Amino acid sequence: MTIPHPAPETGPFLGKLSLDALPLHEPILVVTFIGVVLGGIAVLGLITKFRLWGYLWTEWFTTVDHKRIGIMYMILGLIMFLRGFADAIMMRLQQAMAFGGSEGYLTPHHYDQVFTAHGVIMIFFVAMPFITGLMNYIVPLQIGARDVSFPFLNNFSFWMTTSGAVLTMISLFVGEYAQTGWLAYPPLSGIAYSPNVGVDYYIWGLQIAGVGTTLSGINLIVTILKLRAPGMGLMKMPVFTWTSLCSNILIVASFPILTATLVLLSLDRYVGTNFFTNDLGGSPMMYVNLIWIWGHPEVYILILPLFGVFSEVTSTFSGKRLFGYTSMVYATICITILSYLVWLHHFFTMGSGASVNSFFGITTMVISIPTGAKLFNWLFTMYRGRIRYELPMMWTIAFMLTFVIGGMTGVLLAVPPADFVLHNSLFLIAHFHNVIIGGVLFGLFAAINYWWPKAFGYKLDVFWGKISFWCWVVGFWVAFTPLYILGLMGVTRRMRVFDDPSLQIWFVIAGIGALIVAAGIGAMLVQFAVSIWRRKELRDETGGDPWGGRTLEWATSSPPPDYNFAFTPVIHDLDAWYDMKKRGHQRPVSGYRDIHMPSNTGAGMILSGFCLVMGFALVWHIWWLVAVSFVATIAGAIIHTFNYKRDFHISAATVTAVEDARTRQLAAGA
Amino acid sequence: MSAKTITAPTSADEPVQFYDLDEHAHPEGHSTMLGFWIYLMSDCLIFAILFACYAVLGGSYAAGPAPKDLFDLKLIALNTAMLLFSSITYGFAVLQMQQGKVRGVQIWLAITGLFGLAFLGIELYEFHHLIEMGATPQRSAFLSAFFTLVGTHGLHVTFGIIWLVTLMVQLSKHGLIAANKRRVMCLSMFWHFLDVVWIGVFTFVYLMGVLR
Repeated sequence: MTIPHPAPETGPFLGKLSLDALPLHEPILVVTFIGVVLGGIAVLGLITKFRLWGYLWTEWFTTVDHKRIGIMYMILGLIMFLRGFADAIMMRLQQAMAFGGSEGYLTPHHYDQVFTAHGVIMIFFVAMPFITGLMNYIVPLQIGARDVSFPFLNNFSFWMTTSGAVLTMISLFVGEYAQTGWLAYPPLSGIAYSPNVGVDYYIWGLQIAGVGTTLSGINLIVTILKLRAPGMGLMKMPVFTWTSLCSNILIVASFPILTATLVLLSLDRYVGTNFFTNDLGGSPMMYVNLIWIWGHPEVYILILPLFGVFSEVTSTFSGKRLFGYTSMVYATICITILSYLVWLHHFFTMGSGASVNSFFGITTMVISIPTGAKLFNWLFTMYRGRIRYELPMMWTIAFMLTFVIGGMTGVLLAVPPADFVLHNSLFLIAHFHNVIIGGVLFGLFAAINYWWPKAFGYKLDVFWGKISFWCWVVGFWVAFTPLYILGLMGVTRRMRVFDDPSLQIWFVIAGIGALIVAAGIGAMLVQFAVSIWRRKELRDETGGDPWGGRTLEWATSSPPPDYNFAFTPVIHDLDAWYDMKKRGHQRPVSGYRDIHMPSNTGAGMILSGFCLVMGFALVWHIWWLVAVSFVATIAGAIIHTFNYKRDFHISAATVTAVEDARTRQLAAGA
Repeated sequence: MSAKTITAPTSADEPVQFYDLDEHAHPEGHSTMLGFWIYLMSDCLIFAILFACYAVLGGSYAAGPAPKDLFDLKLIALNTAMLLFSSITYGFAVLQMQQGKVRGVQIWLAITGLFGLAFLGIELYEFHHLIEMGATPQRSAFLSAFFTLVGTHGLHVTFGIIWLVTLMVQLSKHGLIAANKRRVMCLSMFWHFLDVVWIGVFTFVYLMGVLR
């Protein structure tokens, strides 16, 4: 096989960009492109037909409301999830076919892009937007705040993340994506072995999104530390807020490492420095160390907020206070710290020697102790509770059963001698999908089913929810058990064709599992559609507290008003809302005041747009456009700082009208 | 959080207050300093990685020049003095701000900016000199790490100067309003932070480089 296009010449006006960059020789991409164009025209046409542009701009794109930004993050995550899953299905199909001399249907050039894009998209543009969106929506409500500390920055962060996602998606149709695997190890990702634009798309997509992630991490830390309602000491914070705090601390303490590492890789590629090259003193293994010093905390960034979700869900649906709140908080903090001391377990085979490997093997095993403590806390919370098997609780129990197995295979991999056998095998692939799907995704589905009524005022359809649930859980195990078995037999990851025909049956089974998961995803989309369609029937009649919740987000209406709380709640106990209900609080129905709120701004979207253009220009070496968009970004940021009027007041009359409507609604419900 | 303290009810029958009925708006920008400080720590991590790279690769000369052959400590001492002076003059700007003298703030900020420019000028001269000698960033991993670490610091100083000029314009437009005072303090943290990083660079890169 030859590489379809060699490194193009650079021209002064369009850099490396030319018509050759369009992948016209790949029929799959051409068909996808036509589909995307037609779908895009349909969506844009409908928006224009229903005159929604103004509404979208003023109410959504320029919003600084943490709730709307949270929902936009979730939509971004969902769209990218469909792309990432399409990659997964393609890989499963290729591996199920490519036996007995068959080459399958994907060329090496295409297949290598597919597995790279799958990993990058699922981590950076699915899992990260999902958890950021969730934290954005829920945390300010749980701590009784009106918004985050830096509302404009929040909007900007969202659009930077989106710009990174858009740049990554552009690579599908203009040029190519990296063929290096999701962490782009050099020397393969260096200019000598990856002369085309794929790795550059990878670098700039992640750099742009990384700015957004870091800023949003800073924003949420400050929000949690500074904006808690009176009386809410740190040890009275809901567990989800605690795990969000730790997760955001990890973001701020690890994403700069990714940024710096990718800068060094881009210097190697663009300037010709020798950080990670094979000659002139460079050290490729330093890249591997650096990227995992970010990468290991990253997996805890993803899972910690979901540990919080499971805590909230278990407690609510068991009708009990969470067992061992204090131990839960300390377990979270232990995990936060330990997550920095395990990175080397990703490359025991590097040859650091027995002492170094033992140290990291032991720290890896130690980190399972606080995680185990959490599981026992959830089990003891359920013990003698009145458990309601609603959808969020079902996802939580599926998580417990699935995640524990993933955790145990993780401890197996933590043993360095065993890792020498299993390194880069399908056993590893099965392990991390086991914890990421079983932990992060199941947790997100629990969270979506749990908080959907808060965000929209009606519950999700249970029938389609259950179909989705069973397809996902069964499909997951059918898809990944064969990979465990294959991994133990020594099959390595990222293979495109196989010689040994006896392996094929396992890949076929895994492919069937992926199809069952696809049915689960389909059922989930149907669940959303059906619920939106039947929203009147599914309406939450309780006035904002459909599950008998325990934390403050259930104290306000569904969806909450722009200002969240007309009066800031005062906290006396853990599970503040449960405490208020138990002690017969009276909701104040008069005496409203003006509420001070941040104003919307389009600056975030505009600046992110400049950054997107700059990223594209950097990928293609269009230097004049790099200069123009860079100057535009800096100038735009400076102009934005000259805007001193960034807030307004919601008048007491407006608040009164909104709150009176709720008073009537509550009276009708009672 | 509001300033007043919330006391728990002393006995069971005393009514508990569940809402803050007499709430006052948060003063604008009340969290900015904390947020900016956390941002600085994230920036500090970027420098930490660059220092770590220099520590690992700093001896990989690839048969090329070593620090002893390259660094002119007198020039670097002069450069260090420029940056340290700029930190002192920034301190004077903050003192003037506390006395409410907008003119004084602007003058000291301008002096700070000039010291910053002098620092950058000397640094560019040094880089130019090194590249002329053939000690380019491409020559060895040591030089890659050196140019990246020192250059990243220089880029930070450049952005600091752009910010400083912007701030001087904003001070002349709006005077010492609360928002501008906050900005002066944030830039102050940024500027002193760059000073601290430079002391690390001076020690680990230049002084220890010449020793080895």
